[in-house]
Amino acid sequence: MPAFILSRLLQAIPVLLVVALISFAMFAYVGDPVAIMLGQDFTEAQRQALVASLGLDQPFFVQFFKFVVNAAQGEFGLSYRLSRPVAELIAERAPATLELAFVAAAIAMLVGVPMGVYTGLYRNSWLSRFFLTFSLIGVSLPTFLIGILLILVFSVLLGWLPSYGRGEVVQLGWWSTGLLTADGWRALILPAITLGLFQLTLIMRLVRAEMLEVLRTDYIKFARARGLPDRSVHFGHALKNTLVPVITIAGLQLGSIIAFAIVTETVFQWPGMGLLFIQSVGSADIPVMAAYLMLTALIFVVINLVVDILYYIVDPRLRAGRGGH
Amino acid sequence: MNPVPAAAAAPLLEVRNLRVEFPTRRGTLTALDDVSFSIRAGEVLGVVGESGAGKSMTGAAIIGLLEPPGRIARGEILLDGQRIDNLPREKMRRIRGKQIGAIFQDPLTTLNPLYTVGRQLQETILTHLPMTPAQARARAIHWLEEVGIPGAAQRIDSYPHEFSGGMRQRVVIALALCAEPRLVVADEPTTALDVSIQAQIIALLKRLTRDHGTAVMLVTHDMGVIAETADRVAVMYAGRVAEIGPVREVVKAPNHPYSAGLMASIPPLDRKVEHLAQIDGAMPRLTAIPRGCAYNPRCPHVFDRCRVERPDLLDAGTTRAACWLHDPASEKRAAHV
Repeated sequence: MPAFILSRLLQAIPVLLVVALISFAMFAYVGDPVAIMLGQDFTEAQRQALVASLGLDQPFFVQFFKFVVNAAQGEFGLSYRLSRPVAELIAERAPATLELAFVAAAIAMLVGVPMGVYTGLYRNSWLSRFFLTFSLIGVSLPTFLIGILLILVFSVLLGWLPSYGRGEVVQLGWWSTGLLTADGWRALILPAITLGLFQLTLIMRLVRAEMLEVLRTDYIKFARARGLPDRSVHFGHALKNTLVPVITIAGLQLGSIIAFAIVTETVFQWPGMGLLFIQSVGSADIPVMAAYLMLTALIFVVINLVVDILYYIVDPRLRAGRGGH
Repeated sequence: MNPVPAAAAAPLLEVRNLRVEFPTRRGTLTALDDVSFSIRAGEVLGVVGESGAGKSMTGAAIIGLLEPPGRIARGEILLDGQRIDNLPREKMRRIRGKQIGAIFQDPLTTLNPLYTVGRQLQETILTHLPMTPAQARARAIHWLEEVGIPGAAQRIDSYPHEFSGGMRQRVVIALALCAEPRLVVADEPTTALDVSIQAQIIALLKRLTRDHGTAVMLVTHDMGVIAETADRVAVMYAGRVAEIGPVREVVKAPNHPYSAGLMASIPPLDRKVEHLAQIDGAMPRLTAIPRGCAYNPRCPHVFDRCRVERPDLLDAGTTRAACWLHDPASEKRAAHV
C-alpha cells in the first residue's frame, strides 16, 4: 500500500510539471507584463532595468525552474488587478468554493445513490419512472438556467432564500465558514442544489445502471438462494459491488465541481475561487489564472489518488496485487 | 411395484403438474409443462436432458427464484407435505438456505468477490440459526474443514479470488450445506470444473449429503455423474419429464425412445466405435413445440397417435415413461424400444 501511494505520487509529478509549463507559458504569450507594469511613459533603460529585476532576461529554463520552485511554495507573485499576493487571494476565496463544492457533492451522493438504488430495484414503479424523467431534466438543463430558475422561484416569487452572496460567515482562523450560521446555510442551499443537480442525476443514473448489472450476477442469485434477507442482498452485496465505478465518477465529478464552480458562482455572486477566476480573466490577471490552473491540477491529482486508495479499500482483488484475475 | 421398502414415508419434496410460463410480447411461452416427480429424504434424484430442456428451471422453481417474468402457472410444489410454491416472499426466503440449499454451476461467479468466504458463511449461518457471531464463525470453520479446505482456520479470512475453482466450489458446497438443509438443488455443480476436479467434487457432495441425510436434486447433462451418484433419474425433454425411474433401469434399459437415444450416445469404454450414435434433429424451441409428443419429429418409433395426442407419464414396468408405446390402449407396436 505505501509503495502504491508512492508510485502514484511519482506519477503525479510529470502531470503537475506539464500543467506548470502551460501556466508558465501564459506569462510569456498572454500579454506582456513588462508593458503592463511600465505604463505609457518609459525609457529603454527603465525597461531594461525592470526586465532584469523581474529576471525576464534569463534563459527560459531558468525562469521556468524558478516558477516551479515558487509554485511549489504557493508563491505566484502579485495579482495585476488587485496588487495583492495571489496566494492570499486564493486562500481568502477557497473556503467559500470548497464549502459550496462539498455540500453540493454531499447532496449529489446522499440523494443520488438512494435514488439510483431505488430505481435499480423497482424498475417499473411509477416513482422510478418519475425519477428517471426528472434526471433527464437534470442532465440536460444547463447549470446557469437551473440557477436562474431557482432564484426566480425561491428568491423572487416566494422570497424564502437569498439570491446572492454567502450570508453571514464566521472566521475560524484563516478559514471563513458559512456552515455555522443559519443565514450561511440559507445562502448555501440554492447554489449547492444548482451545482449538485447535474452530479446528482449522473450518480443516480450510474448507480441504477450498475445495480441492474450487478443484480443479474450469479453471486446475487446465490445470495438469494442462501436465504439472505433482501436488505442484506441489496445493500450488503449488490450496492457494494457497484461502488468501484461510482467512486470513480463521483471522485472526478468532485474535482469538476471544485474546479468549475465558475458558472454557479457567477450566477449567485458567490465569493469563491470561480468568481475570482472569471474576474481575473476579464482583466487578464495572469498570475491569478496561472495559480488557479495549478491549483485545479493539484485538486484533480489529489482526488485521483484518494479514488485509487478507495478502490483498494473496497475491492480485495486489487489489494492482492497480481494474485487476482 | 415400488422397489423401495414400503416404510418409505411421504416424499420430502413433491412436484405436481408444475407448469412454468414466460409471458412475452409475442404470447406466452410454456417453459415447463406438467412436470411431476418426488424426492424422498436422503435420496439423490438426477435430472438430465439437453440444454434448454428445463432442468435448471425446475430447480429455480423449487427454490422460488424463477427469473421474472417467469411464473408458476399451474401445479404445486410441496416440501414435507406443505405447499411452498405459493408462500409469501419472506416465508420462502426463510426456507431457502435453511430447508433447501442450492449449488450453482460456476464457482468463479457464485461467490461475492468483495467479502471473505468466512463472512459469507457466517452471514448465512446467522441468517438461519440462532447463534452468536463467535459460534457462527466456529461453525464456518467446521464446514470449511468438512468440505476439505486445508488450513480452514486460516483460510476462512481469505477472499474468493484467493481460491482455485475447485476450492471455490467446495466453499459453495459449504455455503449450501452450512445450515443443514434437508434438500440440496445442485445445478450442474461440476460442469465448469476441470475433469480431474469433477470427480472430487461429486465424491464430496455424495459423502456430505449421505452423512447428513440430505436429499439431492442433481441437475446435470453428465450421464457418468448420474450413473455414479443418483438413486433415481428423471430425463427431461422440451420442458417435460420424458422418463423417470431407478438409475440402473433408465441407463441400462430405457423405456422412452429419447432416453434410449441419450444412453446410446454415451461412448462405450470397452470397445472402439466408428461413429457415436446420435439423435437426429434438435430439441424444439419453446415457441415451436410440436403437437402431440414433443419428441415425435425425432423419434424412430413414431406412429400416428404421437403426432396428435400428448402422452402423460405411463407405467413402463421398471420406470415411468411419457410414451404411447407403453399405453396398453395403443396398438401393440413394440414391447420395448
